[in-house]
Amino acid sequence: MKKQKWQNSTFIYIGFIVVLAMIPFINDSRSLLFLIMQIFIFGIFAMSYDLLLGFTGIVSFGHAMYFGVGAYSVAVMMDSNEATVMYLILGLSAAVVIASVVSFVAGILTLRLKSHFYAMLTLALAGLFLVAAEKWRSVTAGSDGFIIMIPDILRDHSTMYLLCLSVLALLFFGLRRLTQSPLGKVLIAIRENEQRTESLGYKVVHYKVIASVISGIVASIAGGLYVLTLRFVDTSVFATDVTLDALLMTIIGGVGTLVGPIIGAALIEIAHHWLSDLSDVHWIFERWIILFGTIYILAVIFFPKGIVGTLAEKLGKRRKQRKKEAEQSKKIAS
Amino acid sequence: MSAIISTQQLSIAFGGHLAVNQVSTEIHEKSFTSVIGPNGAGKTTFFNLLSGQLNPTEGRVFFRGKDITAHSPTNRSRIGIGRSFQITNVFPNLTVLENVRLAVQSQAKVRYQLFAHFSFYHKFENKARELLKTVLLHEKEASLAVNLAHGEKRKLEIAMLLALETEVLLLDEPTAGMSLEEVPAILEVIKAIKEKGDRTIVLIEHKMDMILDLSDEVMVLFNGELLAKGSPEEMMENETVQSAYLGGLHSENLA
Repeated sequence: MKKQKWQNSTFIYIGFIVVLAMIPFINDSRSLLFLIMQIFIFGIFAMSYDLLLGFTGIVSFGHAMYFGVGAYSVAVMMDSNEATVMYLILGLSAAVVIASVVSFVAGILTLRLKSHFYAMLTLALAGLFLVAAEKWRSVTAGSDGFIIMIPDILRDHSTMYLLCLSVLALLFFGLRRLTQSPLGKVLIAIRENEQRTESLGYKVVHYKVIASVISGIVASIAGGLYVLTLRFVDTSVFATDVTLDALLMTIIGGVGTLVGPIIGAALIEIAHHWLSDLSDVHWIFERWIILFGTIYILAVIFFPKGIVGTLAEKLGKRRKQRKKEAEQSKKIAS
Repeated sequence: MSAIISTQQLSIAFGGHLAVNQVSTEIHEKSFTSVIGPNGAGKTTFFNLLSGQLNPTEGRVFFRGKDITAHSPTNRSRIGIGRSFQITNVFPNLTVLENVRLAVQSQAKVRYQLFAHFSFYHKFENKARELLKTVLLHEKEASLAVNLAHGEKRKLEIAMLLALETEVLLLDEPTAGMSLEEVPAILEVIKAIKEKGDRTIVLIEHKMDMILDLSDEVMVLFNGELLAKGSPEEMMENETVQSAYLGGLHSENLA
């Protein structure tokens, strides 16, 4: 029965992906495609964040560093060599390697301690990366940033769009499989009751480090895609704002789910886009972050489980009620 | 019957207070031993020494003749000593089935499977369901652990302990904090485990009358010392035991 359900949801997701894949053939508007690509990229990034926050229960304040590592690895590789697909792949591989080393080190240093140590260390490390990117001008060009060339094949924004979509789909199904695997179930158990997981004979630290590394790798891929769509990189990819965006998207969308962060990313990117456009109407819209702060507070108070979590709860209740009614009517009939 | 766990002059002192004092005893394989004694007699401390939560100040613990005094709790549970706690400790927001399944998975040593196939689960789930049946909780498998009644949580905990398939089960007051109506169900579960006959069970219990007919042997602890040990009938008739329970006995009298 469970298997059946699993397949059903897969079909729904595949349906969504097909619809999304058709968009560039229907509407070729550059700004629309760009907006959706940003949603995809931040969706990937927020998913990787949720693997830590929502599934394992680890708070990270420095997730931007993996994003930035991904962004700079790709950008520098393409800039110092030719802008070909081969160097793009090399750049992405470098991103994955560096991100996994950094996340592994951050993990083994602090994950055996209480969670806030990880939060603090990642915050410090991300700060370090930001400063390094600003000072190491020969490579990063500091806060001025630099423009990069991208492979010819990706110059067409429909192709780029499809690339982002397929990476998102791949990572989504991959991460979903991961969270439903035996290892994923242990991660959830750690979130629920760390001490009990330990006493069942699981080595909790190993699992947390694994989660940290996978999350770092996925985040670095998001960073790599980000510079490809912008064709420009500067130190803002390491900024704390990037981490906060991921946190916001995850919480608004729904902690502990994979669809939630994507929906959260969509909402925030769209809101960002529209609110910035409204800055002609009133100056407050230029400071849209103020509005977001308010929304954030309201969301935490009234929808602590996020959009997906709240919806799932409502649906679950209704299903239960229906079941109860069915049972009652059966009783009456018998 | 050979001894599966034995202790030699096991003692632990908290400051000047000897919580467990020179206890030397043997627990036989596949037997049912109850540890009784008034409040503060050192029963739970004795358990903590057996399961490794505490290290003795003096004396040693053996498992199948091997000295395990220096083993950590995790290692002891891996070689075969599992214990339940007085305080209920489950995964609150997971389903009952998932709680047990996690324990089954750990026992099967499936620890770092990232992309395993679902057929894996079916095996685990079936085993978890069987265990839930043993503890009479199979009708609740889909509910969240947090929504269970206290007695049901204790049953769930026993199922998780059983899933680890340890040879020795140390049960620390499984009926603690339970309403009187719930107690018989737990006893039934324990009886069912005993009847399978493949485990060594050591049980701490306050309500002496409840476990007497189950026990092969009864250990009476008083003020940290092993006051008496023997069959339930012997213990009932033992005068020192009776006076210990009636409160007439003080540690000075024992010297």
